[in-house]
Amino acid sequence: MAAQDTSKQVTRRRERLDRGIKVRSEDIYALNSWREALYLLAPRALPVVALVLLQLLAPEYWQRVLISTTVFALLAISWDLAASSGMVCLGQALFFGVGAYLAGIMNHYLGLPPGLTLPLATLGGGVICTVLLLPVLRLRGIYFAMFTLILPLMIERIIEATKVFGGTEGLSGLTPFSHPLWESFLTMTALWVALFGLRRIMASDYGLVLKGINDNDRAVMSAALNIYRYKAQALFLASATGAFAGAFMTHSYRFVGMPVFALDYSILPIASAAVGGLGTLAGPALGAFILVPLSEMLRGLGGLRIVIYAVLLVVFTVGLPEGVFHYLRRKYTQFERWTEVGK
Amino acid sequence: MTQSAPQPPRDETILSIEGLTKRFGGVTAVDDVSFNVKRNELLGVIGPNGSGKTTLVNLITGFLQPSAGRVTLKGQDITGGPPYRTADLGLARTFQMVKPFYQLPAFKNVVVALFSPRVKRLAGGAYGDRDAVAKDLLEEVGFERDSWVINKQASVLPHGYLKRLELARCLALRPEVLVLDELFSGLSLAEVASLVPVIEKLMVQGMTIIMVEHRLKELFRIANRVLVLNFGQKIAEGVPAEVMAQPKVRGAYLGSESED
Repeated sequence: MAAQDTSKQVTRRRERLDRGIKVRSEDIYALNSWREALYLLAPRALPVVALVLLQLLAPEYWQRVLISTTVFALLAISWDLAASSGMVCLGQALFFGVGAYLAGIMNHYLGLPPGLTLPLATLGGGVICTVLLLPVLRLRGIYFAMFTLILPLMIERIIEATKVFGGTEGLSGLTPFSHPLWESFLTMTALWVALFGLRRIMASDYGLVLKGINDNDRAVMSAALNIYRYKAQALFLASATGAFAGAFMTHSYRFVGMPVFALDYSILPIASAAVGGLGTLAGPALGAFILVPLSEMLRGLGGLRIVIYAVLLVVFTVGLPEGVFHYLRRKYTQFERWTEVGK
Repeated sequence: MTQSAPQPPRDETILSIEGLTKRFGGVTAVDDVSFNVKRNELLGVIGPNGSGKTTLVNLITGFLQPSAGRVTLKGQDITGGPPYRTADLGLARTFQMVKPFYQLPAFKNVVVALFSPRVKRLAGGAYGDRDAVAKDLLEEVGFERDSWVINKQASVLPHGYLKRLELARCLALRPEVLVLDELFSGLSLAEVASLVPVIEKLMVQGMTIIMVEHRLKELFRIANRVLVLNFGQKIAEGVPAEVMAQPKVRGAYLGSESED
């Protein structure tokens, strides 16, 4: 069939049509059959159910991997939220590290239980990171990014030089979570709250303003909107998400030290976003769920691990430049068919 | 030549510019420009390329800090912005280089402006259905309401629609003064002809408009008064026909004065 077409030199192109829902008025879906309800619910419910089952059924080692994957997914969401609001960060480690140290400090010096340190570190981390970055909110693109890259490295050196908070030794022997199951369900809940909550915010008119700032901040200013207020708010949401991830890891490892400001925590969220697809929050989270387990699976390979990992990263970004999530969503929501174009 | 005379403007000064100056290093882009704009007046600002028209717009709307001078809107000092405050006080602008939100659908571009505190204040605290208001505004500036165009992503819209989108985003703020920076540039004759009634309607509704334009013929049909800039200086001000008769204005346009 295809061979015949080429001989006749008929140009063909792929046509995409929205699968769409039958009854849809404005933003209210009028669902009139279980199939339509399922069509909407399945892509949202499936990952939630799958993660719960994995957490319950996987061997203990992979349960640990799953927890750290979820933490990286939170960081990736945090990165994507800031990036969607026009703030490209190279220092997710700042959010992560500040949250981690806050929880550690509150637990070690004040003896607060995780039930208190987690929410306090989340809010406090959000406030501290936002205040730290307030002076550079006016900077755009690479200039803002440079500043976020430098801050965590600077804090790391300050801790090393002044020997505060345990210095290079860090703080160890912190309170663990009471039960491993509680630990894993806490991360999962945090992930779904962050993912669905922030996605909802981005889909609202408030989110439109944030996207507008990313697209063209001068146009937003000319629309009588104080972009710095909105950027600060988005930054707070993003850094609080990152700070929770850090605070959680502190109690999970029962330790907090300088490594929480390491570059890994800055780079992996960006790699996840590149693999998963920017601007959807779900994409980067999906990216983290591909990259972190992948890196664990390659652990047996020794020195070649990084090489293979890097090659796979290239394959992903070159093969699917739009990102895995965008690709899957397109396949799910659109028909594709070949049509002939008259020559 | 002269068509139906525009309505005589009322006498209240709404915007006043005093000694506005902007120096970029050694270049003086805008040099000691002063003028007043009366309520419900349509003031045209013309001048050859590089004469400082857009810089003047940026200075008035707060996108640039002037080196000297003052901008006063309804008695309030708005010199040097910030731009969102200027817009909040009722002075809206379009951009010569269109600045839509490319990743958003056309009508959502307008919704962003409808989200501003000014709109909420003017509506008495209630926003109402922003999507519907946005679509109304787009229809007002010449989008076909029932077509798919208003739902299209701004990145795929043709230039003419993007210019209209700029205008609609300004109108969403319900401004008192509108600064249109070369709204007609890059538009076909037919497109300009369809936009002129939109502007005339705004004038009837009592809007005050400053139009920076290169399309003199179309501008002179609707402008009450024009102001001519050359090398950042105001060289003439007055009724269009009289201003264009002045030798120094003709010189500035034809390049006989100080061409290098």
